[in-house]
Amino acid sequence: MIAEAGLAALWLGAALCLLQLVAAILAVRGEAQLAGIVRPVAVAQAALTALAFSLLIWLFVKVDLSVALVFENDHSEKPFLYRFAATWGNHEGSMLMWVAILGAAGAAVALFERKLEERTLLATLGGQAVVGLGFYAFLLFASNPFARLFPAPPEGRGLNPLLQDPGLAFHPPTLYLGYVGLSVAFSFAIGALVTRDVGPAFARAMRPWVLGAWIFLTLGITAGSYWAYYELGWGGWWFWDPVENASLMPWLAATALLHSVTVLATRDGLRAWTLMLAVIAFSMSMVGTFLVRSGILTSVHAFAVDPRRGMFLLVLLFLYIGGALALFGARVGAVREGARFDPVSREAGLVANNLLLSAILGIVLVGTLYPLILEAATGTKLSVGPPYFNAAAGPLALILVTIMAAGPLLRWRRDNLVPLAKRVAPAAGLALIMLIVVKLAAPSIHILSLLGLALAAGLALASVAPLWQRNLRRTPLFIWGMVLAHLGMAVSLAGMACDSSFTVEKLVAARVGETVTVGPYSVTFDAVDPTFGANWQALQATLLARRGDSDMLTLSPQARTYWAPPTETSETAIHTALDGQLYTVLGKQAPDGRWQLRLWWKPFVTLIWAGGALIAIGGTLALIGRLWRARRKPQEVWL
Amino acid sequence: MTGYAKWAPLVAFILLGSALTYGLTKPETTNIRSKMVGASVPSFTLPPATAGLPGLSSSDLAAGQPHLLNIFASWCVPCVAEAPQLKAIAEAGVPVVGIAIRDRPEALQRFLARNGNAFRAIGADDASQVQMAMGSSGVPESFVIDGRGRILQQVIGPINPQDVAGLVAAVKAAR
Amino acid sequence: MRHLLLALALIAAPVWADSDLPPAPLADTQLPDPKQEARAQALMETIRCLVCQGQSIADSNAELAGDMRAMVRQRIAAGEKPEAIRAWLVQRYGSWVTYDPPLDRVTWLLWAAPVMFLAVGLLIARSSFQRRRT
Repeated sequence: MIAEAGLAALWLGAALCLLQLVAAILAVRGEAQLAGIVRPVAVAQAALTALAFSLLIWLFVKVDLSVALVFENDHSEKPFLYRFAATWGNHEGSMLMWVAILGAAGAAVALFERKLEERTLLATLGGQAVVGLGFYAFLLFASNPFARLFPAPPEGRGLNPLLQDPGLAFHPPTLYLGYVGLSVAFSFAIGALVTRDVGPAFARAMRPWVLGAWIFLTLGITAGSYWAYYELGWGGWWFWDPVENASLMPWLAATALLHSVTVLATRDGLRAWTLMLAVIAFSMSMVGTFLVRSGILTSVHAFAVDPRRGMFLLVLLFLYIGGALALFGARVGAVREGARFDPVSREAGLVANNLLLSAILGIVLVGTLYPLILEAATGTKLSVGPPYFNAAAGPLALILVTIMAAGPLLRWRRDNLVPLAKRVAPAAGLALIMLIVVKLAAPSIHILSLLGLALAAGLALASVAPLWQRNLRRTPLFIWGMVLAHLGMAVSLAGMACDSSFTVEKLVAARVGETVTVGPYSVTFDAVDPTFGANWQALQATLLARRGDSDMLTLSPQARTYWAPPTETSETAIHTALDGQLYTVLGKQAPDGRWQLRLWWKPFVTLIWAGGALIAIGGTLALIGRLWRARRKPQEVWL
Repeated sequence: MTGYAKWAPLVAFILLGSALTYGLTKPETTNIRSKMVGASVPSFTLPPATAGLPGLSSSDLAAGQPHLLNIFASWCVPCVAEAPQLKAIAEAGVPVVGIAIRDRPEALQRFLARNGNAFRAIGADDASQVQMAMGSSGVPESFVIDGRGRILQQVIGPINPQDVAGLVAAVKAAR
Repeated sequence: MRHLLLALALIAAPVWADSDLPPAPLADTQLPDPKQEARAQALMETIRCLVCQGQSIADSNAELAGDMRAMVRQRIAAGEKPEAIRAWLVQRYGSWVTYDPPLDRVTWLLWAAPVMFLAVGLLIARSSFQRRRT
């Protein structure tokens, strides 16, 4: 009954989506009466998909095994949190979540967007409906989450143990809120291209939506990276895996869009760039969805592979991205040429920022797809991994960091190099000192890490510089947001550089009672005991770690075996200190009775994710600041 | 935006889309083919993998007689399925030799007793060294090797009954 | 009782299609010389595991990956250069086995991409700027 209700809600939602599209098209073309129904229909549609999603969650929590999806991914012995999160730990459920968020984003625009000109808003809601229809069709015809299974089996297959982690409850929803939130920017761009209304007012209207999606995307990627770090057990936090790249590309585009939209809002420039980036950002989200679910690229993170579904998604990609880009080509010429800038100015800095982010985006895209393209063209099989991405994108990222440091210190409209140099001097000086100190302390450090650490120090100082000599209590919140976000970038960069240069790894085959030194810690292997959990059994090692004269710490890494589905995983045990993490993994036992232990000392690695969180907090402050300011001073034109 | 620049993103996307379409429509081949086909067998000497059969070395494969080299293991499930085919090939007069990957003598004995022994010699490759040197990436795999020790053909996966005749012919044609 | 539970735990682990020989000696043991180990580790992180879904041999629990790690460490300890080992593997498995794509006739575009993107971007950006008026 509930499953059928969910399916019915989805069909109704799809029907309303079609109505939304038709009404929006007609309203934009002049049918004034229909204009009034577009917003309510958008809200109703969102309510129905939200209902469908809630019903699916209910089915998972109650372990209703007459629904095929629940059978394949759920298990009655799983803890509540994982029954709940298993709803989106599979293709159909996560696709339903995608559509639900898409609907919700459209409803939010319908309910809360007041600044946009009416026709453009209707065109935007129309754009949202166009995108929605394709994904509704995909869901209803190729990925029905509510398909029944008769007779209902006695027990479910269970969720992949690697996914039975709080990370699953957090990472996909935040990531999807980001991915799909970018659809609003996409629809705004479509709306603007249709009504040819691109200007500061449009940019100011679009900005909060971009910020919102970007914040979630930042959080989602940061959470995903940390989850993979502690879950997979090899101490890495980014591998340039195709799925990871699929989440990074929208973020790069969204970051560029965020900065571009500010230029459009303040100086009415970069119109075409902004529209293009808005289209590209969501296009990258859709390409990412395709890559992950079609199976054309091998990845540890890939969902269940189904080329038939992949084909459906590919057709949607051609329609949406091709359509949007064709619209762009056809209409962008009619968008009146925006302002031009002085080569030394804040605008110029933002143009450079756009340029570098787009170049990095291009590199990630090319690197991810080159093996496929090459195989298509010549049949040669190739692998492109970290050596390429680090070498190609790393230097560009460092140049970007330099511009990020100087950017907020540049004046709008026109600046001069000598005064700029004076403003930038303290940060540059700090970077230079850091460079020398680090090089002396670690002569064999890799050049990218060395520059990364030096520039991180410089950026950290430069990002708080805009606050210098300001009345802090009267500084607008969005300035604080910018400061924190850039500071977060510096913190994250420092963490990355430290992790890649100063990590110490010890691989030992140890007998119970032996002591190993790793970094500042001496770790004693105390015992191995069996232990049990809700749906697993494990061998748990007890490691006693001590650092100098401090207290003894206990770490308990496990080698776990789940029985539904039968899988072996390893649960890392991590101790977080102020200056790094002690990361421990228990391996297999050798025939001579010794146990495989992998121990890492990773100095300052937590800065990577702390930085990510700071960036997200900065973004949130900026968002609140902008919304608050718009409420208080609706007529204000500046910044 | 100039005339060309505004269409560039669409063109780039069409190229991208073509690559993605290819990716979807190409046959699913996760196998890594050995690049040593056409080259000489790398030199190696492997001890006997089990009692009753001699070990294997590369000089045995270059002694003038073509061979079918089968890389397998007793713990490999598909190897059980291809045992009858190997027997058929051996009975057709083709010398079949094997390399056992990460195996134990007793387990190998049991495997051969249960599934038949088509091998004239089996070398023990406990650390997959020769397997790597041959460019093989899994078990079972088979190689047709000519009398001078050159690798002529690679079969990835178990030998199907319908491929037996072709392989026999290939080995017999090799000199 | 503890030993019995331990034994049960080990038996209850699922039986995979894996050999039951232990890993090769150097698969999970570091080389005594830290410089050599660092070189070996750097190489292992860029060699692709042949039987995995997109992992390097440094990060994989597969047996063949362990054997490849053992081979890498053995050769580095014997004095071979990492690039020679990489070349040996590429000779056997093709470019697919290395995560560091070579620079040759078919991959020059990949390596040229960053420069090309920058150049194209600069050209586009040029139209945003106006000549400086003094």
